[in-house]
Amino acid sequence: MEHHISVTVDGTVYSGAVESRTLLVHWLREGIGKVGTVVGCDTSNCGACTVLLDGRSVKSCSVLAVQADGAAVTTIQGLASGDEWHPVQVAFKECHGLQCGYCTPGMVMATVDLLSENPNPTEEEIREGLEGNLCRCTGYHNIVKSVAHAASLMGGTK
Amino acid sequence: MTETIATSTAFGRPIKRKEDANLLHGRTNWTDNIQLPGTLHMAILRSPMAHAQISNIDLSGALAMPNVVAAYSAAELGDLNGGVPCVWPVTDDIVMPPFPALATDKVRHVGDCIAVVLATNAASAEDALASIDVDYAPLPAVVNMEQAINNPPAAVHDAAPNNTCYVYNLGGGYDEAAAKADVIVKRRFINQRVIPAFMEPRAVVAAPMGMSDEITLWSSTQVPHILRVLLALVTGIPENNLRVIAPDVGGGFGGKLTCTREEILVTQLARKLGRPVKWTETRSEDMVATHHGRDQIQDIELAATKDGKFLGLKVTLLADMGAYLQIITPGTPLLGMFMFPGIYKMDAYAFQCTGVFTNKTPTDAYRGAGRPEATYAIERIVDEMAAELGMEPMELRKKNWITHEEFPFTTVAGLTYDTGNYEAATAKAMDLFGYDELRAEQKRRRDAGDPVQLGLGISTFTEMCGLAPSRTLGALKYVAGGWEHCTIRLLPTGKCELITGTSPHGQGHETAWSQIASSILGIPVEDIEVVHGDTGRAPYGMDTYGSRSLAVGGQAIKVAADRLVEKARLIAAHQLECAPGDVEFREGVFYVKGDPDKSQALGAVAFEAFTAHNLPDGVEPTLQAESTVDPQDFSYPHGTHLAAMEVDTETGKVTLRKYVCVDDVGNQVNPMIVEGQVHGGLAQGIAQAMYEGAVYDEDGNLMTASLADYTLPSAADLPSFITSTTTTPSTTHPLGTKGVGEAGAIASTPAIMNGIVDAIRHLGVNDVLMPATPQTVWRTIQSAKGA
Repeated sequence: MEHHISVTVDGTVYSGAVESRTLLVHWLREGIGKVGTVVGCDTSNCGACTVLLDGRSVKSCSVLAVQADGAAVTTIQGLASGDEWHPVQVAFKECHGLQCGYCTPGMVMATVDLLSENPNPTEEEIREGLEGNLCRCTGYHNIVKSVAHAASLMGGTK
Repeated sequence: MTETIATSTAFGRPIKRKEDANLLHGRTNWTDNIQLPGTLHMAILRSPMAHAQISNIDLSGALAMPNVVAAYSAAELGDLNGGVPCVWPVTDDIVMPPFPALATDKVRHVGDCIAVVLATNAASAEDALASIDVDYAPLPAVVNMEQAINNPPAAVHDAAPNNTCYVYNLGGGYDEAAAKADVIVKRRFINQRVIPAFMEPRAVVAAPMGMSDEITLWSSTQVPHILRVLLALVTGIPENNLRVIAPDVGGGFGGKLTCTREEILVTQLARKLGRPVKWTETRSEDMVATHHGRDQIQDIELAATKDGKFLGLKVTLLADMGAYLQIITPGTPLLGMFMFPGIYKMDAYAFQCTGVFTNKTPTDAYRGAGRPEATYAIERIVDEMAAELGMEPMELRKKNWITHEEFPFTTVAGLTYDTGNYEAATAKAMDLFGYDELRAEQKRRRDAGDPVQLGLGISTFTEMCGLAPSRTLGALKYVAGGWEHCTIRLLPTGKCELITGTSPHGQGHETAWSQIASSILGIPVEDIEVVHGDTGRAPYGMDTYGSRSLAVGGQAIKVAADRLVEKARLIAAHQLECAPGDVEFREGVFYVKGDPDKSQALGAVAFEAFTAHNLPDGVEPTLQAESTVDPQDFSYPHGTHLAAMEVDTETGKVTLRKYVCVDDVGNQVNPMIVEGQVHGGLAQGIAQAMYEGAVYDEDGNLMTASLADYTLPSAADLPSFITSTTTTPSTTHPLGTKGVGEAGAIASTPAIMNGIVDAIRHLGVNDVLMPATPQTVWRTIQSAKGA
């Protein structure tokens, strides 16, 4: 069965038909070409597909496209404001918080949400907060540093 | 977000990576992003059984499903069902059974490929798999290696009735050495099977390119150049008509250094059907289908005098090949063969490895490939010897390691280590760790009967990087060479293309290679484009694995850059009206000696080389240089890793409290990238010790076949690390570099396990199986108590 949905993605409204079973991540990638968001597993463990849905982070493999109807989605491709990088993007570069970059879209979007909830996280809170996002390259050391640095760049205010 | 670095200091600086801007904005080109018109999506029916005869494969149900265009089993594919190649026949009498892309008569592991469906979208192809009928006649599954060779329940391959793939021997003289020993320590270590689990699942797209005969293959691979050669050999497609592209690749760790069943199938079907074919694996598919790593049973004997001098080492291995041999399956354990003696002096070394077929996913290289297994064995047995002798384990190491003034040193295994300074790295690590204070705390807690005990884990390791001198590879029966290529091209506008045969997938080559070239050519880092991973644009190369990219590829960059300067010098001297010997080159500019006002920048020389209006006689237009370097020798990074482990003796819970490592990787091109490589390696090595293990049941089912069941550590499972370095430049590599990709993974596993055993040795424990989960540790303690 097909459904008509209308979703604002990175500031642009996309409308179209989707199958009932289509996951949000597949619609983003294959439906509207937002391939910056990626798929890393099939059990909702890795978090590579994390996006913001109405401002809160979700694993877009765990949301049906139809559930996003009427919502606003922000992906890694819509995080910067024009040429101005989001502080989390800046921090990940400055702290070498990425290597192959495959987990990065999800890691960055999860960080944005983590810092909106807790602008001054401790190391332990960062580690617990990113527990749902797996990285195989960095050992998390520099990711944790990146998140702490992003918090300081953002002034610790919501 | 760009920074300008003085070119003279580009080498050795922690420059922020060029790669990051695109990766941080989702401007990426993963293979799964590629969507060509008319693409057919391939899905694979994989065996649910470890060992069975298959017959009556009925595809008609699948073919009747919506959007399905074609379906094939081995029978329909016929000659197109190419065999997965193995390039390392390690002995003359090795058993090398066929490894067909689609199983012909038997399936030999859960995940073995039986049939494929092609449909106009991926979901339809996947849906149709359920409509394929197959008759399975189950056969006994061969799961346990010792049983496989001693009392085989079945033969995985008829050609190997007792499931023995090969037996490899090296060295000898151990019995004579042991006869002189006061103490002999014997242990059996299990280096368990683990799964590479790179974050980007594998994906392949193949497309016939219109009017030409070319087939282009995009694959999430570490080895586009090797893949092109192997695919040409397997498929019969002329190599010149195959272009292989590794676009953005999301990690590999050895798991993507092969020529796979899926790459063969996608290529053949694109050719047969005349349209693009694409396959992207699911994670659960990856867990059973991508090769696994490690999986050795290690019987280790170390003989020593009563005052702790090592006399001899005997290593007897069973190495699980899994169900088939792929690219370097049989050779992987042998990459560790030379490393079992580690950093220690001794008189005798005897090594034997038996490769064993089982009904499990094939094994092959995984970060370190043979060297982590060797390092684990030697560093664990040294701790056991220390316990036996009643010596402090670091003191025992100091008594036996090669001292810095003894280099170059030829080890009992026959390698010549060019340089090293184990004393310096160890002293620094012990200082950062607070070794003596922690020993004192350990004693206090032991004396007080604290339920949470502290252990100090040591790993003083070395490894061999820079695969490899081609003649050495030939002597080991490896089919290919170990050289690397670089071409550097100055464009008329002064920009630079650096074309490398290495193929990065997270290592930051675009940044680091620019730094090397910048420091020689005086061209800003941001003006150098590193071209890689495409046999059309970077035609020569041996790719990225075995910590070889800098150690070998870096040399090629240096030689090519030096050659380019020499050609430019001829042109500049001509333009400046002096002899080539009278110009000097500094930071990108040629100056006339003694007349610094007369100069010409390298960029201007490039334009002159382009117009060719005023070149000296005999000098060809264009400004480029190339180099293909065969390394003189391996390089030998080393380091000292220390882990403070807390073990709750009542629950078995293990906590990594502090991890310190001091690595000596020689000169560093970019210390930030080096540190990142160490961090990632540590996490993987620590994870093998504490979290990961591919577990099979007695029927050969992989019980850890998803990320829900296989414990990849998260940020919450690991601490921050304290890392540092010492620098003893390699003397056999012109840049003084050694390689760093695998060091962390090689060194950390024994550090963790030595720490755990050290924490509970007083309870009668002398080994703990990996991964050291609370259940395993608790049971080990209980059984020691019972004994």
